[in-house]
Amino acid sequence: MEELDVEPPLTLIPGVDSKSKQMCFAWAPGEMLVYETLFPKECAEKRPGCPNIFIVRKDKDVYSQTLRKLFSESHGIFVGLQRSEEELGGKSRKAQLVRVSKNYRSVIRACMEEMHQLAISTRDPELQCQHSTQVCILSAMELIWNLCEILFVEVAPAGHLLLHLLDWVRLHVCDVDSMVCEVLSSENPSKHKDFWNAVDIFVLQGRMDDARHLLSKEASANPTSMGMCKILDDLMKKMPILSIGNTQTLTEMELKWQHWHEECQRYLQDGTFSSNLHMESICKILLGDENAILEKKELMTTWYHFLVTRLVYSHPTVKPVELRFYAQSSLDLFLGGESSSEPLDSILMAAFEFEIHQVIKECSIALSNWWFVAHLTDLLDHCKLLQSHNLYFGSNMREFLLLEYASGLFSHHSLWQLGVDYFDHCPEYGKVYLELHIERIPLNTEQKALKVLRICEQRQMHEQVRSICKIMAMKAVRNNRLGSALSWSIRAKDAAFATLISDRFLKDYCERGSFSDLDLIDNLGPSMLLSDRLTFLGKYREFHRLYGEKRFSEAAKLLLMLMTAHIAPCSFWMTLLTDALPLLEQKEVIFSAEQTYELMRCLEDLTAGKTDNQKLQVDDVETTKVEILRLALARNLARAIVKEGTLEGS
Amino acid sequence: MFVARPIAADHRDLIHDVSFDFHGRRMATCSSDQSVKVWDKSENGDWRCTASWKTHSGSVWRVTWAHPEFGQVLASCSFDRTAVVWEEIVGESNDKLRGQSHWVKRTTLVDSRTSVTDVKFAPKHMGLMLATCSADGVVRIYEAPDVMNLSQWSLQHEISCKLSCSCISWNPSSSRAHSPMIAVGSDDNSPNILAKVQIYEYNENTRKYAKAETLMTVTDPVHDIAFAPNLGRSFHILAVATKDVRIFTLKPVRKELTSSGGLTKFEIQIVAQFDNHNSQVWRVSWNITGTVLASSGDDGCVRLWKANYMDNWKCTGILKGNGSPVNGSSQQGVFNASLGSANTSLQNSLNGSAAGRNGKRTFFPSPTPFDLSQDTSSLITTKRNSKGLSKNTLYTFLY
Repeated sequence: MEELDVEPPLTLIPGVDSKSKQMCFAWAPGEMLVYETLFPKECAEKRPGCPNIFIVRKDKDVYSQTLRKLFSESHGIFVGLQRSEEELGGKSRKAQLVRVSKNYRSVIRACMEEMHQLAISTRDPELQCQHSTQVCILSAMELIWNLCEILFVEVAPAGHLLLHLLDWVRLHVCDVDSMVCEVLSSENPSKHKDFWNAVDIFVLQGRMDDARHLLSKEASANPTSMGMCKILDDLMKKMPILSIGNTQTLTEMELKWQHWHEECQRYLQDGTFSSNLHMESICKILLGDENAILEKKELMTTWYHFLVTRLVYSHPTVKPVELRFYAQSSLDLFLGGESSSEPLDSILMAAFEFEIHQVIKECSIALSNWWFVAHLTDLLDHCKLLQSHNLYFGSNMREFLLLEYASGLFSHHSLWQLGVDYFDHCPEYGKVYLELHIERIPLNTEQKALKVLRICEQRQMHEQVRSICKIMAMKAVRNNRLGSALSWSIRAKDAAFATLISDRFLKDYCERGSFSDLDLIDNLGPSMLLSDRLTFLGKYREFHRLYGEKRFSEAAKLLLMLMTAHIAPCSFWMTLLTDALPLLEQKEVIFSAEQTYELMRCLEDLTAGKTDNQKLQVDDVETTKVEILRLALARNLARAIVKEGTLEGS
Repeated sequence: MFVARPIAADHRDLIHDVSFDFHGRRMATCSSDQSVKVWDKSENGDWRCTASWKTHSGSVWRVTWAHPEFGQVLASCSFDRTAVVWEEIVGESNDKLRGQSHWVKRTTLVDSRTSVTDVKFAPKHMGLMLATCSADGVVRIYEAPDVMNLSQWSLQHEISCKLSCSCISWNPSSSRAHSPMIAVGSDDNSPNILAKVQIYEYNENTRKYAKAETLMTVTDPVHDIAFAPNLGRSFHILAVATKDVRIFTLKPVRKELTSSGGLTKFEIQIVAQFDNHNSQVWRVSWNITGTVLASSGDDGCVRLWKANYMDNWKCTGILKGNGSPVNGSSQQGVFNASLGSANTSLQNSLNGSAAGRNGKRTFFPSPTPFDLSQDTSSLITTKRNSKGLSKNTLYTFLY
């Protein structure tokens, strides 16, 4: 394929002098930043020239409010197309693809209408210019898409092909309607300066009924030309037209055409229309006279209109493969000496030549966003039109374009959600692109974090899920929201962090004597097992609940178990033993003799475990505490022995 | 590409580095004025400076963010021979009211005896680790074993590179198949032909970093180096900024059974080399998907490079100063002019793709003429090219 060499686009950064200074940059997920600097670090001149840092963005269109609609509505069509049943064979599959194509086009049209309204309603000339520009671009997109639809999706056969092309021209050359309205609404239509122009346009577009309707105005207003009008009208009426659903064969059609053509020829040669230049030229057009058609250049405005008109009157049964020759010669004839062609011309030409890759490449040059090429290529791929064409890293062109488009969506603060589905339908690199992009979505709020998390969970992106939870947990800890931090780290299955947060909870408890986030701790369930410390936190809170509910013996049993099973960290034993005090002081005996022995051993282990050095540092409060505990334990033991002895004896 | 907005940086001296946080919502700038500034993006997209403080007693070369899993942590390195780790603490209420954040110095890493030229956090799967390199030719790798206590950093590895180091890059791959890896560049400009890029790999057995490769073909001073995000590939891509931009691929060669546990050997290939900057290239850096490489050079431009499906690398965009130094008062005007020039290019695209040769493509409503004469600024240097191809962001696809 012919290489297209295009100079890379230049973006000017205001206020930076590239001649004497350098620029440096930094990447952000969706944008870039540039600033002036000087690199040889020892450089003497230090005075900063440009004080600004500039944010530079790639896809301007992503930020357009009106195009937003294009993005979001086409997203639905795209997803529908991916889910559509490939099995649908033959005709119904084709009908489905054509329907999808039309849906895309109607989204473009709707967007164009809206942009047009904006352009009309705004008073700001700069905005108006922007909107008008967008209307032009959207309009060109729709024109190209429509042609691709006819040639590649519909794959209309000879005969029908031309009908579609006529519709295409009619749809996109709409000036004529306003002109006709003007002509018809005038007092005397046939005297209007644009009367014959209007008739010509109808003829050029093959709209015979409309042309005849206008012609009848002339006939009734001008009795002298009535006869001539009648003959021309008759010729127009008789013009053989293949219609969709008509069963006649191409040969029949060609035969009829031949007859009609000869009839026209006869009238022209015997000078029937020689007294009226307008009618004579129409008759020449009907005969497919290239020069006569070219004379109406101003009315056709484009070479592809000329092409279609030419085909209508000289090659009505043109085959798809023949299009390229007529297209090229029409372009040459229409443009005359001018040789350089515009992007739109080369795109349409490539389409007429059935060079799909060329169409997509040329569109990539001319358009300012990836929307068009990505969606069109995807559709054509579903039509099984793209030969395997290995792109970088082995992915195909469709995927390449979809990845670029979706990456662009991810630079927008809300459109990124649409991008997710596009990545989902890129089998090769979609997943890894999604991973790289989604972890960069700012987690400003818990709500947003949950949204991102859900997307990752649905796709089994475990590492991203873990990372998001971890980030949220860290954020919560930093802001002293321990409950939130704990639930995020449980979600992240981050044992180390859960331990750390449990410690914070316990520390807070020791300082304040109460727990925060009771709901969460009370409902830990199996997640309690994530870390030993978390288990302890959960169990310790359970102890408090039991105690609060006055289920003393259960509470006592749990408390003891926390120490004997080494669930509680040693540093916390003194607190636990202190917690045992009120139980020891209850009227009734709660700790049995055996349990009391266990408690005593815990206390002794704790005090014995401390080095001499630590012992020296133990303050009076601590010593007193130990003394009180020992006393309470001894008294409880006495009571328990007595009670147990009594019970046994009775 | 288009300029979205300017931010008045307000540093009293040259800015040496700007770094975005992981999510692109915060950035840090550092300067020869010895300070670091932190900027936060507000909901409406404005950037506001929320902290500015003196960080070092010399020019601050680089500033970089740790992954948000580790909290809000910055590291900076300086001519003053130190690297410093900073942590944001959730401010007092009156700080918050003023919209200011508070950063505290957690540790000063003083092991270098010369200017610390680069500092980079390791990929997050390795834990909270930090690498520095310095003009004395040593790469140091530190670790914070307790992420809640950033005042404790231990020097885990010291790699002597024998050449003055200018830049380091961690290999971001988190694949189990890849050992931790760090590339080091040297800007040593003594007349020798020593290779200036060395690649060190962590060896599980010896628990040490050892030299795995040297890029023998790079003998000119290297100013920056960057591994691309891995995208699940088996090989690595490394960009080097030297007298030109170079892109290498490093394909691990299957380890022989005898040397299992030893160092990986690589098959190194140069896949692209560009001298468009005409002279020294100072920075290279990848976008988040590793599909676009940006480079900055002595020609005063930032250039963007992208590979197409044929592995063919091309320049896909140039950012260039418009050549006019500004003084404070005309700042606003200059920015307006830049908006104007953006429109000019749009206008070009319109003229190119839409409006007809004779201006009579009737299905296109004719656009309001864009009156350049209204813009008195002479800063617009793009010629209004009514017939040329429109040059937009998508051209990247072709070639």
